[in-house]
Amino acid sequence: MAHTVISIRTYAIVYLLLMLLMAATIGAHYLHLGRMALAAAMAIAIIKAVLVVLYFMHVRYSSHLTWVVSVGAFCWLMILFGLTFNDYIARGWVGE
Amino acid sequence: MANGILAHHFADIEQQRETASLGMWVFLATEVMFFGGLFLTYTVYRWTYPEAFAAGSSHLSVWLGGINTAVLLTSSFSMALAVHAAQEGRPRALMLWLVATMILGAAFLGIKAYEWMHEAHLGLLPGTGFAFTTPDPARFTSREVELFFVLYFTMTGFHALHMIIGLTIMAVLLLQAYRRRYSQVYNSPVEVSGLYWHFVDIVWIFLFPLLYLVS
Amino acid sequence: MAIDAGIPADAANEPTLVPGAHVPIDASNYLNNGHTVASWLLSVDHKRIALLYLGGVTFFFLIGGFFAVIFRLELITPRGDLVQPETYNKLFTLHGITMIFFFLIPAIPAVLGNFLIPIMIGAKDLAFPKLNLLSWYIYMLGGVLTILVALAGGVDTGWTFYPPYSSMFSNTWVVLTAVGVFITGFSSILTGLNFFVTIHKMRAPGMTWFRLPLFVWSLYATSIIMILGTPVLAITVLLVGIERIFGVGIFDPSYGGDPVLFQHLFWFYSHPAVYIMILPAMGVTSELVAAFSRKKPFGYAFIAMSSIAIAIFGFLVWGHHMFPAGQSIYAGMIFALLSFLTAIPSAIKVFNWTATLYKGSVSLETPMLYALGFIGLFTIGGLTGLFLPSVGVDIHVHDTYFVVAHFHYIMVGGTVMAYLGGIHYWWPKITGRMYPDWWGRLSALIIFVGFNLTFFPQFIVGYMGMPRRYWAYPEEFQTLNVLSSAGASILGVGYLLPLAYFAWSLKYAPHAGSNPWGAFGLEWTTPSPPPTENFKTTPTVDFEAYAYPHKEEERVG
Repeated sequence: MAHTVISIRTYAIVYLLLMLLMAATIGAHYLHLGRMALAAAMAIAIIKAVLVVLYFMHVRYSSHLTWVVSVGAFCWLMILFGLTFNDYIARGWVGE
Repeated sequence: MANGILAHHFADIEQQRETASLGMWVFLATEVMFFGGLFLTYTVYRWTYPEAFAAGSSHLSVWLGGINTAVLLTSSFSMALAVHAAQEGRPRALMLWLVATMILGAAFLGIKAYEWMHEAHLGLLPGTGFAFTTPDPARFTSREVELFFVLYFTMTGFHALHMIIGLTIMAVLLLQAYRRRYSQVYNSPVEVSGLYWHFVDIVWIFLFPLLYLVS
Repeated sequence: MAIDAGIPADAANEPTLVPGAHVPIDASNYLNNGHTVASWLLSVDHKRIALLYLGGVTFFFLIGGFFAVIFRLELITPRGDLVQPETYNKLFTLHGITMIFFFLIPAIPAVLGNFLIPIMIGAKDLAFPKLNLLSWYIYMLGGVLTILVALAGGVDTGWTFYPPYSSMFSNTWVVLTAVGVFITGFSSILTGLNFFVTIHKMRAPGMTWFRLPLFVWSLYATSIIMILGTPVLAITVLLVGIERIFGVGIFDPSYGGDPVLFQHLFWFYSHPAVYIMILPAMGVTSELVAAFSRKKPFGYAFIAMSSIAIAIFGFLVWGHHMFPAGQSIYAGMIFALLSFLTAIPSAIKVFNWTATLYKGSVSLETPMLYALGFIGLFTIGGLTGLFLPSVGVDIHVHDTYFVVAHFHYIMVGGTVMAYLGGIHYWWPKITGRMYPDWWGRLSALIIFVGFNLTFFPQFIVGYMGMPRRYWAYPEEFQTLNVLSSAGASILGVGYLLPLAYFAWSLKYAPHAGSNPWGAFGLEWTTPSPPPTENFKTTPTVDFEAYAYPHKEEERVG
């Protein structure tokens, strides 16, 4: 889909960012952030995933359709998570 | 058109390339949902048994997991370079980067296998041999920790299976590259295989903190 | 011949139904292009693969029907006296699995969709022809595994595989069945992938989205569901398999596992799966109603968009299968509300079909009889689909024959009738032969009567409280059960007749021309049967969809 050939330099920068973020993930773990630990780890993971998708997988320079498919899949996962947790968090809310 | 690289049902090479790419993206969407079911199961149980999951996770080696993450990220980089070489019509560079990716992938699998053997040795394999006993039954049970390990082995197992498939695909690509089948005009098999490999990397990007870094 | 709007303007396109009339058929078509077994089993031509699927789905429909015959015989008497209770459980399980995974899900997409999509969009084949063939082999492999399961003693968990029974207590071939279902799921995924990419990338020049036949729209929506839903089923059955094989807990309460989590994962796919079964049927119905009213479907764009809406909304409602299961009541209410919303796009379709009929030039050939039957029976089934997500009502009718009747009205009264309607409509195109319409109409009528006699009593008996999946039942339900079983025998006859006259037609019926119905669409511009490459030259589409000539003074909408 990408007509544009992404430069090696861009790839290298993204790679370095990924490695830094990985270090941050591990570092954050040892900071013992308690309740925020999961949120922090997931936030970093999402940033890493987005970098891989945009640059390594060329979505930054790809067609609208590719973008829709990649985002769409993620949205569907959110539907699965969202409506399932809708059940779990609400168990016991309405009198049994 | 060029000798035998344009399939009969396509109007031109561009349509063929776009079709191949979209096909792989759609397949990756199915993989998102496949792993997604596993991630959902994991999330529900982690939400229900946070202590048990923390206890289970503490038995995993953050070091080895971290090294593996670095290895896999590097293999994604080398794969991106392989795709780049294919797009530029440079078969020798393509082969080089494919080999690099395969070596890194194999290294990942080797480390993973070592981890598993170590965990089995510690009695952490779920089933009749599961040897962990909870130090604090009031907070979590051994069986809940066993549940963590069922998910750990299942998720990393399916991830490893996908990596093995990826390595096999790369072996095929390597052979084809050696036969000079790819060029600036025709390189979509490399491109779509790259997409697959990056996806497998992304799964690990989430697996690592979720499994290894539970506090 | 020139690619025109497909409307018969001259005698050359008139149907030639004189027996033995010599209509010049294109010497080389996809049927006579290679006669060896290998040329069929290794074909990557979407039309041949469609016929391979036709053989497969017909075979599995008969197998699934066979299981139903036995348990309908058992249910004639209130006591269990024909088979053992364990056997009864296996019968309804295998009936469900065979019919759902090996007939309802693949039938219209893999037979009619495979055959027609490339032709309808002006392409030479699907995007991935080899993947298409692989898809069929995967389907057959899954099917063979299921037959093996049946022969080896069967599986008794119900098609829904609920743990902990399926993972811990059942002594039947659960893992093998799970593997069969898992494998077949890939067939579905690959077909959906193929259709999705094909419709995006392979349309002929000028074939814009809003010039596509509604059948294509419905299969596009179906393919979205296949792609996003089926993988979740795959992982779910794998998890049950892992539980059984390794003796570990995933949904096992003694490990802290939650059986309701299985149900969330299972129904996340299995509810959208019912839309995989009905959307293509709706697409066929749109085509039939248009052709046999000789009118552009009323609200074409609304029908097209409603297909997408159904595909999306269908993913938001799965919890309505789980009201009494232990799901939170709050979540139940949310799922109930979303389920009501999901009825809206379906209703839009029914209104639009009806409006298409109004002041259309309606003719009642066999395909139209099936289409009209579909609209009526789908409406009944669909309306009862509003009773069920009402949480309060569901407490009473959950797991009763009311549910059984509801889904059979949709799947049999709906999907099977639309499938048969589609087969009868496109048979001349697929085979180049026109079956005797009289027999077609008779069979349609027998099926309609048999169907209603079989399943309407089940609404009543279910509402009265008869549970589903029961081998024996209280005396007071016997009359209705006898009626139901009697209806099933009539239904069986109705299904067997087409097998006979279709087979007969292949050798003895008159040849059909390229457009025997005088209908609109790219498929009717090709010879019957079409050549392997579909079009000698890629058509350029410069006409709107369903541009039937309209009578200006009477036209509605």
